[in-house]
Amino acid sequence: MAGSRMRLELNRVIQGGGRLGVLKGLGRTGQHSLEIPGCLLYTHFGTVPHLTQDTLQTLSDLPSVTQVTLSNIAEHQEVLEEFKDGFWKFAGLHDTVLYCSLHDPAAPSPTGYTTNKTVSVWGSGGRIELTVDKFMALQKTVKPDWYQSMADGETWQNNTSRKRVRKSVDRTLAHLDECLLVHQKSKELEGVEVFGVLEGGDILEERLRSARETAKRPVAGFCLDGLQTGAIDQDLRTQLITALTKELPEDKPRLLQGVGRPDEVLACVEAGVDLFESFFPFQVTERGCALVFSFDISPDPERAGRAPPKVLELDKERDTAGERQQNGDLNLDDQTQMTSFEISLKDKRYHDDFRPLVEGCGCYCCKNHQRAYLHHLLVTNELLAGVLLMIHNTAHYHGFFGALRDALATDKLDLLKRRVLRGREDFEG
Amino acid sequence: MAAAIECGADSENNMSLKKAVCEASPLALRIIAECPVTKARACDLTLPHCVVSTPVFMPVGTQGTLKGITVDQLEGLGCQICLGNTYHLGMRPGPDLIEEAKGLHGFMNWKRNLLTDSGGFQMVSLVELSEVTEEGVKFKSPYDGKEILLSPEKSISIQNSLGSDIMMQLDDVVSSTVTGPRVEEAMHRSIRWLDRCIAANKNPDKQNLFAIIQGGLNAELRKTCLDEMTQRDVPGFAIGGLSGGEEKDDFWRMVTLSTDHLPRDKPRYLMGVGYAVDLVVCVALGCDMFDCVFPTRTARFGSALVPWGSLQVKHKQYAKDFQPIDPDCQCPTCKRHSRAYLHALFKSDTAAMHHVTIHNIAYQLTLMRSVRQSIVEGRFPEFIRTFMKRLFSSREQYPSWAVDALASVNITLE
Repeated sequence: MAGSRMRLELNRVIQGGGRLGVLKGLGRTGQHSLEIPGCLLYTHFGTVPHLTQDTLQTLSDLPSVTQVTLSNIAEHQEVLEEFKDGFWKFAGLHDTVLYCSLHDPAAPSPTGYTTNKTVSVWGSGGRIELTVDKFMALQKTVKPDWYQSMADGETWQNNTSRKRVRKSVDRTLAHLDECLLVHQKSKELEGVEVFGVLEGGDILEERLRSARETAKRPVAGFCLDGLQTGAIDQDLRTQLITALTKELPEDKPRLLQGVGRPDEVLACVEAGVDLFESFFPFQVTERGCALVFSFDISPDPERAGRAPPKVLELDKERDTAGERQQNGDLNLDDQTQMTSFEISLKDKRYHDDFRPLVEGCGCYCCKNHQRAYLHHLLVTNELLAGVLLMIHNTAHYHGFFGALRDALATDKLDLLKRRVLRGREDFEG
Repeated sequence: MAAAIECGADSENNMSLKKAVCEASPLALRIIAECPVTKARACDLTLPHCVVSTPVFMPVGTQGTLKGITVDQLEGLGCQICLGNTYHLGMRPGPDLIEEAKGLHGFMNWKRNLLTDSGGFQMVSLVELSEVTEEGVKFKSPYDGKEILLSPEKSISIQNSLGSDIMMQLDDVVSSTVTGPRVEEAMHRSIRWLDRCIAANKNPDKQNLFAIIQGGLNAELRKTCLDEMTQRDVPGFAIGGLSGGEEKDDFWRMVTLSTDHLPRDKPRYLMGVGYAVDLVVCVALGCDMFDCVFPTRTARFGSALVPWGSLQVKHKQYAKDFQPIDPDCQCPTCKRHSRAYLHALFKSDTAAMHHVTIHNIAYQLTLMRSVRQSIVEGRFPEFIRTFMKRLFSSREQYPSWAVDALASVNITLE
C-alpha cells in the first residue's frame, strides 16, 4: 500500500455535542486535508451543477474533496477505460481529492431492482445493474482517492419489514467483503481508501449490528446510509446515529448520506456525524430559491445587529414559505419543497428589490447582482439564474459549515442553533 | 460625456473630423486602416462605455443576459459590446424597472457597451397578431393579451429607459422574401419613422440612434432609402431587412450597394449576420458591426464552431475523443476540457452548454480580432484565402455567392 493514509485528527470531542477536527493525508500524495464537521463538493459528473471552472473559482474556501457518483459515471465506463488516467483528469479537475459514491443524493433511485448480488444505478440512459465485479471495475477506471463500497440501501421506504432491513445489512456486509477482496488484490487501487456503508433502516438492533460488523473490517471511514431526509424523522435519526456511532472507532470519519438541511445537519453533528454531501444548495437552486438563513454568531455588535426583522415583511414571508417545518417534522417526503432557510426569488415581491440576496455576502452573485435581476432571470427562464443561485447557495452553505466549526471551537453551538433555527425570521432585514 | 473625453484623447490629425461627430453624438469613429484591395476597414469606435475595435461581432443577450454566461466571463472573452432586445426587455421586466435599476447596464451589471434593437423585428417575427400601420406596430401581448402599440416614439422611449449606447430606429420590417409594393411602402415608412425616432430621442448626448436601411432586395429602393437616410444626421447606419432567408446572391449585392453609398466616417452595422463566412465576406464588402444569435443558440445544442466548420459535441464519434474542441483555441473551455468530457457532460448538466457557449463566443471574437489584425497589417486578402481554405475542404466547396462577392472587391480565390 502507498504511504499516504487518511487520518482523522480530532481537536475536540464534545460529549453529545459534536466532533471538531481535520481529516488529513487526503489524496494520492496526501497533501490535502478537510476540516470536520464539513461537507464535500457536490457535482454532476465532476461539475458543480451549472458552474464552469471560471464561475466555480469565484468561490473561495471550497472543500478539497469533490464527490462524483457512479450513477453519473457508470454509463461512461468504456470511455474511462480507454482514457486510462482516471476520472479527475478526464473531468479537468486539477487539484482536488475525488470521492466516488454509488448514488446521486439529489436523485433518489427507484426501488425494487436490488438482488442478492446486484445493485442498480440510474444514468441518463436508464438503469445499469452493478455486480461487485462491475462495481470494482468501475472504481479501477475512475481511480478515486476514496469510495464507498457497494451497498443495498433500499430500506428507506415506509413499512420496510424487519426481514428486509436485516437482508440489507447482510448484503451490504457481503458486498463490502467482496469489494475489499478485489480492492486488496488490485494494483490500480493502491493507496485508495474504502468507506464501509452502514445500513439497518430504522431498527436500532440492525443499526448496531451493521456498525459493529463494518467496524471490524479494514475501512477508512463509514457512510451512514438509509437515514436521508424523507426516510426518517430527525428525533429517530438522532437516536440511531447517537447509538450507532458508539460502536464506531473514534479515529475514523462518519459521512452521513442524503441529509443536507441546516437544522438536520446541526442535529446530526451533535449526534456524532463528521461529513455531509452538499447537494442541498443544488436542490435550493433548482427550485429558484436562495439560502438566506443567518449563521452569524460573531460578537461584533455591528455585524450581529445588522438584521433587525421587520414585522410587516416577516408576515409576508410566512405566507409564501408555507408552514414552517419545525425540527422533527416528518413532512419531508418531497425534497423539492421549499424550506424555511431560503427565499423564493420567483416571488413577485422581489421584482423591484435592488438588494443583494444576502447583505454583506461576499459571493460573486451578491457582489454583482440584485434580487430584482435574479427574479427577472427566473421568470424568463434564463440559464444564468441557475448559475448565479448556485454560486450564492454554495457560498452560503459552505459559510454555514465554517460557522459551525467556529461555534464548536468556541463553545457556541447552542447560540448557532438558536440563530439558525430562529434566525430564519431575519430574511428581510 | 465619456465620448467627449475619448475624443479629447484622440490624435490631432483627425481632430477636426472627430470634433464634428462628437458634437453631434456620443460616438467617434477613427479609421485605423483600410484594406487597399477590398472595402474592408479597421476602426476604433468610441462609445460611452468603452472603445470598440471593429470589425466587431456583438453577442446577443436577449433578456439582459447572455445565455448562462456571467458578465465577468463575457468581459474576460474580450467582448466590448453586446445586444439586448427591446421587445423582450420592454415586456419583462419593463422599462420603468430597468430605469430604476440605472438602465440595462445597471440591471445586468454590464460595464461595457450595449446596443438595443427597436423591438419591431421580434414583434413581426414572434407575435402572430401584429398589424403595422403608419402609427406603429400593433400587437397583443403574449403575457396578458392586452393590445399594445409600439410606435417609433414608444420604441425610443423604451430604449431611452434601457440606456443603451446604441439604439436602433423602429423600422417597418418586411420579410426579405416578400416582393411588390409592400416593400416600397415599408421603405418609405421606415424613413418617416426614422425622423420620428430622431425627434423622440431624449438622450442624444448619451445614446446614439442608428438608422436602418431598408428596401428589400430591390436595388432602386435600397438606393432611394440610402439617399434619404444619409441626409439625416445620425451617428451610424444599419443595413436591415436582410439575412431572412433570401438568396445569398441577392444578399451580398444589397450589402455592397449599401456600403457603396454609406458615408465613410460612420459605422456600418449589418444586422443578423453571424456565420463565419458571411462575416469575412461582409467585412470585405465594408461592414463594421455584426450580431447574430446563431453562435450562442447553436452552442446549446452542442454545436461548437471551429476553423473547419462546426463540431457536434453530442455526436457519438466524440465520446472517446480526448482532444479539446479546437487544439489551437485559447478559450477557457478548450484549455481545460476534452470533446469526450463535454460529450458526456451534456448528459449530466447544463454547464456543458455554458462551456460550448463560451467557446463559440471566443471563436467569433477571435475571428474578428484576426480579421482586424490582418487589415491593420495590410494582409486581409491573404487572410481571406487562408480562411476559406481552412473552412472548406476544396475549392469546389466554396459557395459561389462568396466567390462572386469577393471577386467584386478584387479578391480571387484560387
